[in-house]
Amino acid sequence: MFAFINALPGAVAQGLIWGLMAIGVYITYKVLDFADLTVDGTMCTGGAVCIMMMLKGHNVWVSLLVATLVGMLAGLITGILHTLMGIPPILSGILTQLALYSVNLKIMGKSNQAINVDKYPLLVSLRNVKKMPIFQNTIFVSALFCIVLIAILYWFFGTELGCSLRATGCNPNMSRAQGINTKRNIVIGLMISNGIVALASALNAQYLGFADINMGRGAIVIGLAAVIIGTVIFEKIFKNFALKLLAVVIGGVIYYVVLQAVICMGFDSDLLKMLSAVVVAIFLAIPYWKQHFFAKKVTKGGAENA
Amino acid sequence: MLDVKNISKTFYPGTINEKTAIDNLSFHMDDGDFVTVIGGNGAGKSSLLNALAGTWLVDEGSIVIDGTDVTKMPEHKRAAFLGRVFQDPMLGTAATMGIDENLALAARRGKLRGLKPGISKAERESYRELVASLGLGLEDRLTAKVGLLSGGQRQAITLLMSTLQRPKLLLLDEHTAALDPKTAAKVLETTNRIVNEHHLTTLMITHNMKDAIANGNRLIMMSNGKIIYDVRGEEKQRLQVTDLLKKFEEVAGSSSMSDKLILG
Ligand SMILES: Nc1ncnc2c1ncn2[C@@H]1O[C@H](COP(=O)(O)OP(=O)(O)OP(=O)(O)O)[C@@H](O)[C@H]1O
Ligand SMILES: [Mg+2]
Repeated sequence: MFAFINALPGAVAQGLIWGLMAIGVYITYKVLDFADLTVDGTMCTGGAVCIMMMLKGHNVWVSLLVATLVGMLAGLITGILHTLMGIPPILSGILTQLALYSVNLKIMGKSNQAINVDKYPLLVSLRNVKKMPIFQNTIFVSALFCIVLIAILYWFFGTELGCSLRATGCNPNMSRAQGINTKRNIVIGLMISNGIVALASALNAQYLGFADINMGRGAIVIGLAAVIIGTVIFEKIFKNFALKLLAVVIGGVIYYVVLQAVICMGFDSDLLKMLSAVVVAIFLAIPYWKQHFFAKKVTKGGAENA
Repeated sequence: MLDVKNISKTFYPGTINEKTAIDNLSFHMDDGDFVTVIGGNGAGKSSLLNALAGTWLVDEGSIVIDGTDVTKMPEHKRAAFLGRVFQDPMLGTAATMGIDENLALAARRGKLRGLKPGISKAERESYRELVASLGLGLEDRLTAKVGLLSGGQRQAITLLMSTLQRPKLLLLDEHTAALDPKTAAKVLETTNRIVNEHHLTTLMITHNMKDAIANGNRLIMMSNGKIIYDVRGEEKQRLQVTDLLKKFEEVAGSSSMSDKLILG
């Protein structure tokens, strides 16, 4: 129990950073209805770019910005693969993700690059979760990132362009009939999403004190877990878009706190990824089961050509 | 207003599934024409509308809307000229967005969508009146998600959306077919009111021959991707359902007549 309480602040900090990442997943998965696997690559790219730039002496904010931009570039590539080359969403993401593995190695020069928190002005670090003045506390800083991002996205998705993005994800046929360029919107959404993920990755690398070629592995599953946990718990009470995004962040925190509890109870940590996959699989199945076994849904065919 | 010259469209060319949906079709509509379109299943009615809307590009021929050649123009750009209501009520609206948000999307058809607010207060007020004109009581549920509405209500909203920005051409593809008779009549009545109010050039597909005769100033019948019958004015008004049935039999032979054509 003591071990768990001791580890709790760290789990919360990690949860917030991954909650930020999950907001990116929410935009593709929930808003655009596009399961984007690019993020497994981007969740390393952002960290790699940020750490390498800081090691070269660049300002931490500039490094974060560039990391975000590189993430957006990755989203752009996936978007082009899908919209201009007609490759299905999942496969487009996987192709970019694979390519990013090489890119990430080239950025870092080797598979792991460490950064010393004492020598560099890191914004977040696992050393800064306890006994720090509030403004330098990693939990506070990460939470602030989440809140600012939610505020920006709340504004954006209320604009004409943002509304057209939501419409694109909801009903592409109707969107085109209303003059919306759905392909362009998918690309924009992917860029925003991957930019956010790369930003989270940059923070995550600072937090851990290193960037590692494997740090993005399974990121999509963790992101989905946060999205699903947040949605399931809060869907009845959080109707507003900003609150929905907040729910996703809280979902990320819950995920990491539960994970920490499971570890503290002595669960074999080799099996953690499998546990995550199983939990996400079950939650993804719930809506399907509901539809098939508990309700009779009338479907109409021939949509496009009727 | 609309000039269609020798358009053709073949699906799956060169395979055993090859199907010529539109066969060297030419067609002209004057400003303010309200044309009803009938024809058996697979006659190519929806294909004609899809060709005009740019759902896919035609293999041959040209389409000119009010002087603008749109033959090669992608669907979302052409939308600036067109209003569309689909047969499936689910298809015309964004279910997860509010009635007001859907209307606001439609109000920006053909315009650049930037970082201005997606919907303004004044706009919302103006939609209240507009929605009230439908007489469905939806004006008090303006922010309700469209997914919560019935099929008829959704079609009525879609109709508003398709005409909010006055389209050069209104395309209606069996837009009352999925509704119960009473709701269908109501939506059709609303259609006529809006079309007359804004003097819209309209193309309406229907399987109901009474409706086809009673509405509009011109009627065309399609078969095998061609227009095989085209009447207007007084001649159209004198038409009886039996005349149309006879026409169908002439072209199709009674054997391939679809049940849908037999009127209830
Ligand atoms: N996207 C498509 N892909 C393949 N074949 C198509 C497509 N759209 C239409 N067709 C085919 O073209 C032919 C004409 O179809 P269309 O939908 O235009 O008929 P319709 O007159 O609207 O019939 P209905 O009254 O049943 O709606 C049909 O044989 C149909 O199978
Ligand atoms: Mg049809």
